[in-house]
Amino acid sequence: MLIPLLQAAQDSFGYIPPPAVEQIAQVTGIPASEVYGVITFYKQFRLKPVGRHLVRLCKGTACHVQGAEMLVQAAGDELKVVPDETTEDGLFTFTIVACLGCCSLAPVLMVDDRTYGKMTPQKVRRLLRQYRQRAGAPAQPAAAQPAAVAAEPQP
Amino acid sequence: MQHVVVGLGSCGLAAGGQAVYDRLAALLPVQPNGTLLQQTGCIGLCYREVLVEVRDGGGRRTLYGEVTPERAERIVAEHVRQGRIVAEWAVDTDEAFRKQRRIVLRNCGAIDPASLEEYRARDGYRALERVLAAMSPAQVIEVIADSGLRGRGGAGFPTGTKWRLARAAKDPVKYIICNGDEGDPGAFMDRSVLEGDPHSVLEGMAIAAYAIGASAGYLYVRAEYPEAVRRLRQAIAQAEQAGHLGSNILGKGFSFRVALKEGAGAFVCGEETALIASIEGKRGMPRVRPPFPVEAGLWGHPTCINNVETFANVPWIILHGAEAFKAYGTAGSKGTKVFALAGKVRRGGLVEVPMGITINEVISDIGGGTTSGRPFKAVQMGGPSGGCLPASLGETPIDYEQLAATGAIMGSGGMVVMDDSTCMVDVARFFLSFTQNESCGKCTFCRVGTKRMLEILERICAGQGREGDTALLAELGEQIKVSSLCGLGQTAPNPVLTTLRYFQDEYQAHILDRRCPAKVCLPLLQFWIEPERCNGCGLCVTVCAAGAIQGERKQPHRIDPAACVKCARCLAECRQGAIEKR
Repeated sequence: MLIPLLQAAQDSFGYIPPPAVEQIAQVTGIPASEVYGVITFYKQFRLKPVGRHLVRLCKGTACHVQGAEMLVQAAGDELKVVPDETTEDGLFTFTIVACLGCCSLAPVLMVDDRTYGKMTPQKVRRLLRQYRQRAGAPAQPAAAQPAAVAAEPQP
Repeated sequence: MQHVVVGLGSCGLAAGGQAVYDRLAALLPVQPNGTLLQQTGCIGLCYREVLVEVRDGGGRRTLYGEVTPERAERIVAEHVRQGRIVAEWAVDTDEAFRKQRRIVLRNCGAIDPASLEEYRARDGYRALERVLAAMSPAQVIEVIADSGLRGRGGAGFPTGTKWRLARAAKDPVKYIICNGDEGDPGAFMDRSVLEGDPHSVLEGMAIAAYAIGASAGYLYVRAEYPEAVRRLRQAIAQAEQAGHLGSNILGKGFSFRVALKEGAGAFVCGEETALIASIEGKRGMPRVRPPFPVEAGLWGHPTCINNVETFANVPWIILHGAEAFKAYGTAGSKGTKVFALAGKVRRGGLVEVPMGITINEVISDIGGGTTSGRPFKAVQMGGPSGGCLPASLGETPIDYEQLAATGAIMGSGGMVVMDDSTCMVDVARFFLSFTQNESCGKCTFCRVGTKRMLEILERICAGQGREGDTALLAELGEQIKVSSLCGLGQTAPNPVLTTLRYFQDEYQAHILDRRCPAKVCLPLLQFWIEPERCNGCGLCVTVCAAGAIQGERKQPHRIDPAACVKCARCLAECRQGAIEKR
């Protein structure tokens, strides 16, 4: 039952802090070294805290052939971090994922639990700026999230 | 009664489907005999999301594409209220669906996946009822074996044979596992089925459990599919409540419980022994077979693992009979196959075709050809384990053996279409960087060999290829194939080996001429500004990483080729399309 425990810990803290590893090791009787072995094997688990928003950029096959590489560059430029890093202000963690499964809307980017399809470098910049602006402004209801970019009518 | 149905699979949600649904809900308040607003899973025409279908009383169905909340208002005002179809947004479904046959996707996009009643209204759980009431486990296995159903996860092992072996295993404790760890980049078939018709998978699992004598099952789903996980949790609870799962199912003395396991992000867990290790809470690393899972699997007990699509076929086969299933397909491959059609194809989405149809038919007739209108150059089948087939092999039928003979594989169903703007060397590099990253590290050839292959491909794409590199790649590839324990390593070289076989000229152009014919590999390109299109806005100057662009404001700018670092930022930023690459 180790993996569900780790998933629960990450759900609570956003990452798996070392004291949680110790506690899980104690409860399960699995040595902490083995717990770390499992944590580092799976990509889902993080040992470092994440920023307020998790930006996941898809680099699946469909996204790759539709120019995901340019989005990686644009997001990196805009956030001034390389993949798997968190911005200095703690607002964004930027990661690259293998496939989000929305291949028909490629290239795709996900911020937290929202997916944005048919992205371009400009749209990526605009979107991230919107998130940043909103973080500076007073808290708003969830409905005020930027509208999905793919919902723009097609030409 | 009139129904308005919104496609709320992951694609629909990603395209903004929830906002459309919310707007429609505000416009169509619930009232007796009023228009009924519903949700459904993946309709299949993902390229036109958000999709909204209006089903009029007389059986007339109209599918609208690219619906926004604003467009939804007009559809309600004109179609729902006045019966006038908004022709300009209606999607012509005939072309896309004419050559499709829907067995696995029989309910996807047709029913509300959150409603057990709707599933039951379309013969849901009737196959399980029939099996429990009137068939012995041996008879069930006989029907499945006779149907010719083979594993849809990629390898194509005959399902009936697997069930027979699992049934024969002598152990009071046995397990059923549904492999929903759809890790191939470019594939979303299983996700769509799990989201759009979760009960069909649960019913298939229960029938398999009865056939082999298992009373517990696990459904292993990728962590990246939150919507599928949500739907499945709901479906399992509904099925237990209604007595379709749990103890003494339908009062027939048969018990079967299903637990949901969320993966934690490791591609190798799609391999059955790695998946079992992962459920057991360990690092998901494959082990030597034999013993096969049907002999000693989860916690050492006999375990039957099938893929999502395989299970979704089972209830249909039980209800319609092996003959009806066998009516579709070729000598060795029966029934249908679901494909996720993506890449540079006009009508991307989820399709289900009878086995034996050709690749050309899928891409041209169903997919509508390429987005650019130019001929397709290659199609990648089977993800990182598969291969790239050239257009010249487009008449190859969808058949396990005939696809394997080309060097590609049937795979789980990813089909990524490429045209002349896709570089095949870059595609090979892309897949290898994926498998290299996902190699669990157990076998030296897979761990180190893929790394060396990737280094060679990276230098070819960077314009530093050497003569003899292609021979070296082929040699390494063959060695990795024969010296790796599991499917990941045994198939990892396939994308490279098939591109070497069919696109040798592109490798040679990179290595000998330092040229990328598809203009994808940046270090091999030259960037320049077309003076007639440049309006001198200066945007490119602000993004240039190397300060290589000069020009007066409102005058055509120019790039200094000696200073240019070929980052392509200017190309991405230019609104005038003035930056060219050659």
